[in-house]
Amino acid sequence: MSHGHSSALAHHFDSLEQQREASTLGMWLFLVQEVMFFGGLFMTYMLYRWRDPEAFAAGSHDLNITLGLLNTVVLIASSLTMAMAVHSAQTSRRRPLIGYLTATGVLGLAFLVVKYFEYSAKWEHHLVPGPLFHFSEPAIGGRAEVFFSLYFAMTGMHALHMVIGIALLAWILRGAVRGRFDASYYNPVENFGLYWHFVDIVWIFLFPMLYLIGRHYHGGA
Amino acid sequence: MSRTGTAETNYLNAQHGLKSWLLTLDHKRIGLLYLMGVSFFFLLGGIFALLIRLELLTPQGDLVQPDTYNRLFSMHGIMMVFFFLIPAIPGVLGNFLIPIMIGTRDVAFPRLNLASWYIFMAGGSITLLGVLAGGVDTGWTFYPPYSSLYSATNVLTVGIGVFVNGFSSILTGLNFMVTIHRMRAPGMTWFRLPLFVWGHYATSFINVLGTPVIAITLLLLVLERAFHLGIFDATKGGDPVLFQHLFWFYSHPAVYIMILPSMAVISELIAAFTRKRVFGYHFVAFSSIGIAVLGFLVWGHHMFVSGQSVYAGTAFSLLTMLVAIPSAIKVFNWSFTLYQGSVSFDTPMLYALGFIGLFMIGGLTGVFLGTLGFDIHVHDTYFVVAHFHYVMVGGTIMGYLGGLHYWWPKITGRIYPEFWGRMSAMLVFVGFNLTFFPQFLLGYMGMPRRYHAYPEEWQVLNVLSTAGASVLGLGFLLPLGYLLWSLKYGKLAGKNPWGAKGLEWTTDSPPPTENFRDAPVVSEEAYDYAGAGHGDGGAPAPARAH
Repeated sequence: MSHGHSSALAHHFDSLEQQREASTLGMWLFLVQEVMFFGGLFMTYMLYRWRDPEAFAAGSHDLNITLGLLNTVVLIASSLTMAMAVHSAQTSRRRPLIGYLTATGVLGLAFLVVKYFEYSAKWEHHLVPGPLFHFSEPAIGGRAEVFFSLYFAMTGMHALHMVIGIALLAWILRGAVRGRFDASYYNPVENFGLYWHFVDIVWIFLFPMLYLIGRHYHGGA
Repeated sequence: MSRTGTAETNYLNAQHGLKSWLLTLDHKRIGLLYLMGVSFFFLLGGIFALLIRLELLTPQGDLVQPDTYNRLFSMHGIMMVFFFLIPAIPGVLGNFLIPIMIGTRDVAFPRLNLASWYIFMAGGSITLLGVLAGGVDTGWTFYPPYSSLYSATNVLTVGIGVFVNGFSSILTGLNFMVTIHRMRAPGMTWFRLPLFVWGHYATSFINVLGTPVIAITLLLLVLERAFHLGIFDATKGGDPVLFQHLFWFYSHPAVYIMILPSMAVISELIAAFTRKRVFGYHFVAFSSIGIAVLGFLVWGHHMFVSGQSVYAGTAFSLLTMLVAIPSAIKVFNWSFTLYQGSVSFDTPMLYALGFIGLFMIGGLTGVFLGTLGFDIHVHDTYFVVAHFHYVMVGGTIMGYLGGLHYWWPKITGRIYPEFWGRMSAMLVFVGFNLTFFPQFLLGYMGMPRRYHAYPEEWQVLNVLSTAGASVLGLGFLLPLGYLLWSLKYGKLAGKNPWGAKGLEWTTDSPPPTENFRDAPVVSEEAYDYAGAGHGDGGAPAPARAH
């Protein structure tokens, strides 16, 4: 076809098909290592929650459920726009591709802005672990610090993945504007979509674990 | 494929200049970049080892202060484990050989491959910065709360260096797995793959699954030290023992990250120097996968005295014994390969036989240590030090040096001097045993690890160990000298100086940039020495190179 396609084939592959299969497998393996990376955090969460459910329930009450829910909706919407972007690339529609990618990026940024307000509220309320940490419920006190340590470690790692995702998105968007992607070559868009969905799924677990389930713990009463 | 260039054009002279090396996407050149990197870190780790052994020459602490000694053994461990033993064989030999052995032009992701080397060098440089600033004194295991709250040394810098380096392992593993899955030449089925490739596949599997766990663990430790998170801090509701679980979940499989590539090399060497197909090919291939999988189930044997429940201890003890099964399968199959083979004792084969000896001692003492009661007796003594040096160091270095000698003619196009090669193999084997065997005795008598002074009755064995270390050091310096010498003065190798089988011996030495002048099609099993096939190396025992 057009020479844009043959230049998409790297010299060491025999065909675009082989190249596509290789990069998709590579992306899935990358996600496997991401699962193990976050897995360490999730395991830590499970262990500590099992050990001290009271402290986790108390800490959970100090998270802002409205902002958490808002961010959940924002991220699910961004996954939808990302899926639409992949579909647009597969059907060679360049303008919708650019539009959906931009929307995904805007939603990603919106998530980070909300997260910023959440973090700064925690800072003001002395809920950031460290010498200034102070938890208002005297019965729990310092025991809540491990909950907030996990809160910042888990949401922080997630936010870092969002920042990296937005940077990658800018690069994909540049390719889309230059017309690099169409039905015969859309692999980078598809693989980036896998990454974006993965980061969303991590949040889909984080939201209930950190914000929701602790609220229904009543100390075994 | 394309017949561009003359027969003299190869990957070494295709391009010139520093930039052509630092920006190369050629897996063979990247392999050589790793060779330089790991050699540097090996030398550095070796200097620390030398200082440790000099201090232990006398019972009193006279060469260094206790604080300095703590830093010496910590930096020795960190440099050797993370920047030499783990990357050495996959980085150098794996990179160079996997694409050639499976008959393709490069790894699946050449840019990522170069990035992995830069990440490795970045991690190494950050760690080096921490070393120059005074090092760390936590041991290579970074246990909190000492590392997170009390140590006054550069835990942050070194921790970040090791964290960064982990991504090099992950990405290299990912790259190898995709390469082996998707880039094999026509006819190169899974069961025609050389066992070298199987071994690296198993290693990559561990790298992709295990390394991310040490990454998040070290990151949490760094956050804890820098920003006072409380995940491993008992005063905040955290648990320092959790760090040990997470650390060993990676770091025990990491031992197999070091030994599996070495076993992969040994299978190639045994086949080439007995002129036989490796006995029980399928068993040897699957035992690599078996070791990789079992490796994830045994981490608790590092924690028999960490307050772990006795039931967990018993389970981990039994699971640890299971690792002996795939390991023994390998050793027995290599031994059966020797039986009625036409064995020759060239340098690589001497290293391979040395490997079997050291690995057997290391592996069997591993079964001792996996036994709960015995482990508690020798816990944290030199018995443990001797055991893991036999497995990790003896195992990995014998394979690495054996492989380096075997493929040196392919990598450089030149033959190394055989006499000096055999000398080095002997010195390394003798020096290694002299260094570490006395440590089994010391440990059994109760000498604890990580102390800079000891009672006088242990001096004789310590002097023997230091003497052995000097012999070992000489054994390592010799190849450095004669391999460099051979670059200029060595005899030209030709395509197949060993008369060995395998795709790498069908192409030029050194190979052209895209590895083969004609894309290979595979029609025979690996190690088809019986002559059923009709590859280039099929002629009966061509004259040896010397």
